[in-house]
Amino acid sequence: MRVSLFITCFNDTLFPNTGKAVVRLLERLGHTVDFPIDQTCCGQMHYNTGYQREAIPVIRHFLKVFQNSEVVVSPSASCVGMVREMYPHAAELAGDEDLAAAVKTVSAKVFELSEFLVKKLGVDDVGAYYPHRVTYHPTCHSLRAIRVGDAPLRLLKKVRGIDLVELPRAEECCGFGGTFAVKNADTSMAMLGDKIRCVLDTKAEYCASADNSCLMHIGGALHRQRAGVGTIHLAEILASTEDDQERGLLR
Amino acid sequence: MNQAEQLANPMSRDIEPIPTSPAVRFEDSAKVALANTQLRRNMAKVTQTIRVKRQLVVDEMPDWEALRESGRATKERVLRHLNQYLLQFEASVTNAGGHVHWARDAAEANQIITAIVASHGAKEVVKVKSLTTDEIGLNEALAHAGVAAIETDLAELIIQLAGERSSHILVPAIHKNRSEIRDLFKKKLGVAELTDDPKALAAAARTHLRKKFLSVPVAVSGVNFGVADSGAVCIVESEGNGRMCLTLPKVLISVMGLEKLIPTWQDFEVFLQLLPRSSTAERMNPYNSLWTGVTPGDGPQEFHVVLLDNGRTKVLADKIGRHALNCIRCSACLNVCPIYERTGGHAYNSVYPGPIGAILTPMLAGVENAPSLPYASSLCGACYDVCPVKINIPEILVHLRGEVVRHKQDAEGRGWPDPEAVAMKFLAGVFANSRRFERAQKIGRMGQRFFMKGDVIESLPGPFGGWTTMRDVFPVAPQTFREWWRTRS
Repeated sequence: MRVSLFITCFNDTLFPNTGKAVVRLLERLGHTVDFPIDQTCCGQMHYNTGYQREAIPVIRHFLKVFQNSEVVVSPSASCVGMVREMYPHAAELAGDEDLAAAVKTVSAKVFELSEFLVKKLGVDDVGAYYPHRVTYHPTCHSLRAIRVGDAPLRLLKKVRGIDLVELPRAEECCGFGGTFAVKNADTSMAMLGDKIRCVLDTKAEYCASADNSCLMHIGGALHRQRAGVGTIHLAEILASTEDDQERGLLR
Repeated sequence: MNQAEQLANPMSRDIEPIPTSPAVRFEDSAKVALANTQLRRNMAKVTQTIRVKRQLVVDEMPDWEALRESGRATKERVLRHLNQYLLQFEASVTNAGGHVHWARDAAEANQIITAIVASHGAKEVVKVKSLTTDEIGLNEALAHAGVAAIETDLAELIIQLAGERSSHILVPAIHKNRSEIRDLFKKKLGVAELTDDPKALAAAARTHLRKKFLSVPVAVSGVNFGVADSGAVCIVESEGNGRMCLTLPKVLISVMGLEKLIPTWQDFEVFLQLLPRSSTAERMNPYNSLWTGVTPGDGPQEFHVVLLDNGRTKVLADKIGRHALNCIRCSACLNVCPIYERTGGHAYNSVYPGPIGAILTPMLAGVENAPSLPYASSLCGACYDVCPVKINIPEILVHLRGEVVRHKQDAEGRGWPDPEAVAMKFLAGVFANSRRFERAQKIGRMGQRFFMKGDVIESLPGPFGGWTTMRDVFPVAPQTFREWWRTRS
């Protein structure tokens, strides 16, 4: 299959290793990956903060970039949720029927990575190897916006060498919430504090997730505390193999 | 109350039930609440306990999703044809010997109720716990007219005696522990000896209330459901105080939000399964009182329904926001909310706290009067999942954020433009064009070296300072993904 990667502005800029891992993983599974270089952002930050008129040109741009793609895969449940849940509202707000039609066509072919692998391709063993103790934080948008269900855990359970440990109160929000973490910094910190305690209680080396935005939040606090616990995107675990171990590439 | 006073007395009964100015922001009130260790402990304990219990009684229902869908559909049908159902309800109540009054706003409702109470020369009324009467500030209006409103729900009585406001839709005194309640009862109920044993506390309240039930001539209640085709009215409760108020006094006044209607008796089948499980995590609550008009020789001999608009038709006109009127006030969204769990209800500065309050209050008050509330959420979606009538709260929150910004932008031209708005506008231009976006990445990478400490940024200025209070920032990568991609081809 020819897969167009939507890297997201966030991963492109701050976490390029996640994108590289997606490319590697999909190519290993026999797919062709293309990266429409004109892509930028889904518009979520603007839209969810209330700057909805401002988000519309960004949304139009996204739809134009991916209009001819066969399938679009993204390593972010949150951005995929934005496309599926909010784009139709944006089109309505713009009062533009052509835009609404484009939203319908494009959003039907946009998938989050784990749901693409498990639900669309029917794969749960991707041949990965990752010899670390890992706990998985299911992000709010993966659980309750796009409902990937147990797809990420099914993938993780098939990873060889992994010591997967359940995260207590896993389904609770970490307190990121985009601009919420800035506008309501105190409440966000209270939520994050509890999430960090749960992560540390697992004695995991890594906290994994399907979204680097939540991981930036959790990881930023773990780093500040010098907790010695890292964060890693699901894609990077799934891309790792035993060859990497021998070549010393595995982190 | 001004901003400083309100922040210093976040539980005061003098705070307006629905804000009429944007003076106190959620984030500021939340900061005060977050530092209250007693509140944090109580809230965490209660919300986590009830969350687990609710899940248990919901999971035993094989048709829960169908019930939710049915509840949603029924409520939305009522809202679509509200004009007809309201008139049908008015006719039914009147036929059954009741009186129906229409109130456009809080002032009108209070005037109607005060006049009825005065016509009986009553100096006291007993009250069934009611959010709607809190919303209109009825107790204060009655006090102004020289009438004492006596709350008879135990928790409601506690906060009334303490001069505080409710912090939870269903459990108003959730923020208080039993030793605080003992001290309060000793002082206010004139009980000399009292332990903090819950049984002893309940007994003290009962002794106090019994006298009132038997002597006060007028009762005031809210309404959980009004049945359009028969004029029947329903109150759902746990303590039996409601049953006392609804049967003993001669005169009964029920205040009902316009949206509380259900079409027929049979619809109870759905709502009486949804409501107790969602609110108290019970299969059925202990007392469901239903009555139709007046029955000679039995119960109240004079019955009034006050139909209250107070902003509801404005909510109805909002295509996205109107779903908030589905609400049956179960409080499941409060109990599951990670923000409410930590801040408690007073931080919302409204009689309607939690996720439902964050959407309902700004719509009832006007977004300009509660602009911080739609932002009092991380949009985690837990509230939507538990809502028994499927109100998509995150969707409405985002919609209202748009309204807040649009309102602010329309009001601009007076004074300096908002720095956030300027930044957002600029960034939208950057994000809509890949060349500008890539240039911004490069500028960010160059600029960040002034902030870097080792491999991260530990401190950022201005509005981002909140982030770096507790979190390090991971910097722009030495090679972005798109730069790497170009090296591949």
